[in-house]
Amino acid sequence: MLLRHTTDKIIEREALTVNPAKTCQPVGAMYAALGIHGCLPHSHGSQGCCSYHRSVLTRHYKEPVMAATSSFTEGSSVFGGQANLLQAINTIFSVYNPDVIAVHSTCLSETIGDDLTQIIAKAKEEGNVPNGKYVFHANTPSYVGSHVTGYANMVTAMVKTFSMKSSTKKNQVNIISGWIEPSDMREIKRIANQMMAKIVLFPDTSDVLDAPMTGKHEFYPKGGVTIPELISTGDSKFTIGLGPLCTLDACIKLENQCKVKFDSLELPIGIQATDTFITALSRAAGVQVPDSLTDERGRLIDIIADMQKYLYGKRVALFGDPDTLVPLTEFLVALDMKPVYIVTGTPDKTFEDRMASILSTKVPEAKYKAGERADTFLLHQWIKQQGVDLLIGNTYGKYIARDENIPFVRLGFPILDRVGHSYFPMVGYAGAMNLVTKILDVIMDKIDREVPEEKVELVM
Amino acid sequence: MKTKVTMDPERWKAEVLTKYPSKVAKKRAKSIVVNEGDEVKQIQANIRTIPGIITQRGCTYAGCKGVVLGPTRDIINLVHGPIGCSFYAWLTRRNQTLPPTPDSPNFMMYAFSTDMQDSNIVFGGEIKLKQAIREAFEIFKPKNIGIFSTCPVGLIGDDVHAVAREMKAELGINIFGFSCEGYKGVSQSAGHHIANNGVFKHVVGLNDTPVEGKFKVNLLGEYNIGGDAFEIERIFEKIGITLISTFSGNSTIDSFEQSHHADLNMIMCHRSINYLAEMMETKFGIPWIKVNFIGADATAKSLRKIAQYFGDAGLAAKVEEVIAEEMALVAKELEPIKARTQDKTAMLFVGGSRAHHYQELFNELGMKTLSAGYEFGHRDDYEGRRVIPTIQIDADSRNIEEIHVEADPTRYRPRKTEAEIKALVAQGLQFSEYEGMMTEMGKGALVIDDISHYEMEKLVEIYQPDVFCAGIKEKYCVQKMGIPLKQLHSYDYGGPYAGFEGAVNFYKDIDMIVSTSIWKMVKAPWQKESVIEAEYAL
Ligand code: SF4
Ligand code: SF4
Repeated sequence: MLLRHTTDKIIEREALTVNPAKTCQPVGAMYAALGIHGCLPHSHGSQGCCSYHRSVLTRHYKEPVMAATSSFTEGSSVFGGQANLLQAINTIFSVYNPDVIAVHSTCLSETIGDDLTQIIAKAKEEGNVPNGKYVFHANTPSYVGSHVTGYANMVTAMVKTFSMKSSTKKNQVNIISGWIEPSDMREIKRIANQMMAKIVLFPDTSDVLDAPMTGKHEFYPKGGVTIPELISTGDSKFTIGLGPLCTLDACIKLENQCKVKFDSLELPIGIQATDTFITALSRAAGVQVPDSLTDERGRLIDIIADMQKYLYGKRVALFGDPDTLVPLTEFLVALDMKPVYIVTGTPDKTFEDRMASILSTKVPEAKYKAGERADTFLLHQWIKQQGVDLLIGNTYGKYIARDENIPFVRLGFPILDRVGHSYFPMVGYAGAMNLVTKILDVIMDKIDREVPEEKVELVM
Repeated sequence: MKTKVTMDPERWKAEVLTKYPSKVAKKRAKSIVVNEGDEVKQIQANIRTIPGIITQRGCTYAGCKGVVLGPTRDIINLVHGPIGCSFYAWLTRRNQTLPPTPDSPNFMMYAFSTDMQDSNIVFGGEIKLKQAIREAFEIFKPKNIGIFSTCPVGLIGDDVHAVAREMKAELGINIFGFSCEGYKGVSQSAGHHIANNGVFKHVVGLNDTPVEGKFKVNLLGEYNIGGDAFEIERIFEKIGITLISTFSGNSTIDSFEQSHHADLNMIMCHRSINYLAEMMETKFGIPWIKVNFIGADATAKSLRKIAQYFGDAGLAAKVEEVIAEEMALVAKELEPIKARTQDKTAMLFVGGSRAHHYQELFNELGMKTLSAGYEFGHRDDYEGRRVIPTIQIDADSRNIEEIHVEADPTRYRPRKTEAEIKALVAQGLQFSEYEGMMTEMGKGALVIDDISHYEMEKLVEIYQPDVFCAGIKEKYCVQKMGIPLKQLHSYDYGGPYAGFEGAVNFYKDIDMIVSTSIWKMVKAPWQKESVIEAEYAL
């Protein structure tokens, strides 16, 4: 057994986290910042954090992930990191020449109490920020929240720094993207395009973290929201935030700053959440939903109806981030599956309510937990108490899946051992088709592998 | 064949430096050296990375928790800090381990963290740490718990060592702490030193029960990436060498506790573990030699050194027998591959020893190393240990504890008399010596310490090596340029590469890399400028 010390006996824990279902803020900030065109994320702290964050993002995408660090040493942690950041800004513009540097803090610089606003102002004063270039920052202390919080903080910082209201409104809708894959962001743009809705999507990591092989390393790949586009979000007629934990703050900021009204929606994962998103976009942009999308929806419903036998009543355990888990759970319930165990390490005050509204009548036996010590060790212990038919989560789930022989679908962050997530979406109807196909594949593969020989079916 | 550009390395260096602000250029200039061949030049190493430079390096914590303690299975490694540091070090170094029975302890698949919250930062985290230790003990019943401090811990003043002592007394198991905050030192290297000190102080020599065996050794600085240690164990077993412990791969705290019974310490990765060997020699009288099991020839050479050390005719005969048998297999595999790899070129930028060791394997393949450098090496790893007395200790390294060690009053036992050592030295066996990378590299090779991303791109662009070796952060940048990158931290999830079977695995993997078809399809037929295609076609 891989996780040989995990048993069904649950002993209450107050301090110890085992096998976390979350990680730290800066990696989210780094990911979000990569969704700006020509942006170099910068980690203000010791170089270990930056190395870890780049490594995990690189392993997840199998793509270059560029970011710089303030490389703190003991001296900086005593005297503060101002000198480091000033030198870093100078070095970065000389050597790597980005349009924007997106600085995020780390536990270390936060504990020291470095004032990033002041340091960046000083860099500008000293003439170390070339004309037409930008340096902005988000505070991302990891002893608060999780990687999701870091993403949210960076997105809010984008609004705070760039969104500007001019005298003329623009006929466009902002879509603030929660933490989804480049493939998903691409899919959202495709949907909007089909609807002929003019949108500004940010952040947008498509064409950044799924860049083609060309024989040349583009340090700043062609994708990402541009600075003029970001600035223009203040003139948009409406904002749709996808995934409240990641985007609600940014929506509120944008409304306060530029008077752009907003809708905060769940990520469009599954049927209902996609319905809601498309309805909202059609209303906000003043466009019709084209038949092509209605047909897509129909094809999705068709697959599900055809394959009910393999889905109905199946018990599912899942872990990940709240913004993904909520619509995913709703989708699983729509498939008549039973999401019985759900954990997220990300603290979220609304999680219980959101889950309860989906689960209380349909799956009253479901257990779910968010925040500290809502880890995959606990999830595994629940599974030991009563098994499940399917596990959904990031790569770390594979140890549980193998020990317990559970069909496993990789979804979330990080996925370190498979490809595909950055190329094939899970949002929208097309994404839901991907998702349901994946679920069916693993469930049916297990049947094919394990039924007695005389029960093997050609047609399923 | 690709047409190679031949730019004079001095010119390359000068051109690359023009891109940096002048102060930065001045500093980087000392870390880029064109190798002379016979006379080793001085290189600047183990100094802090300039802020803003995109570096390969990680932190002290990574070196301590990730490298030295991570591969040991019967200990709970509890990370005291916010969640991230623990999360990223969770199984990512792919140290393999093989517990002898289904019930043997193995905590390596688990990540343990105190997951510090803002209240812990404000009011201190010691209470939470103690509670976490109690819970870990109650749930998992380990015999050992190590506590690893991350950046905030030192700043808020949590005393992990005091907590360790207190909890050790309370729970009656071995508990020890490491002050390995990421900002100490300039790279992972500081963490190695801190880990060496901790393991030496708290573990080595705890169990005096004698160990059976005629030729008893420890292997130091071998981390069982991709199963390297398994292959070395296989060879030792075949020869009849008793491996008491490996620091640290497929390893246990139990075995560390008995490691002082060995008669010889062998160092693989000099950078990460030489401190422990030195301390064990002083305290217990165990001499150390440098070995290298990367490369079939290097493996044979290292095995002969062991035989020479023990001076036993039977052992020497057995070693020769095994070498002959294994080398025959290796040669058979190598021959057809070498036809395809001969005269190809490589560059290696990784770690603190592999950038040196793997040159052996490339030599065996007939490939030339154009450029190499370490991520966290010191001058002695480049220039040889003879320069140690001349290395200036700067403020960034001064904070790492040098523990004072004396001969153990009862257990110190010189394994060889002075005369015996002298005789062995006369025969060519070197003790406590490492020659470094530069002595073995050709004239004109570019040696670059702590290479920056920018320098790396320029190397690849100008010299177009057939294989570039580095880590995950570099992998896809280099590959986007049409040059395959071989990861030498994780082996691209292959391996083992150590020993004889490992060498064959490596030959095959490099053969695959230089023969992969996809690179020829980078351009679509309608992209009429076919420059890239012509250049990268094999
Ligand atoms: S110190 Fe904080 S920011 Fe850095 S890796 Fe650890 S948790 Fe993340
Ligand atoms: S916080 Fe410190 S210990 Fe943790 S990863 Fe960052 S540099 Fe390393």
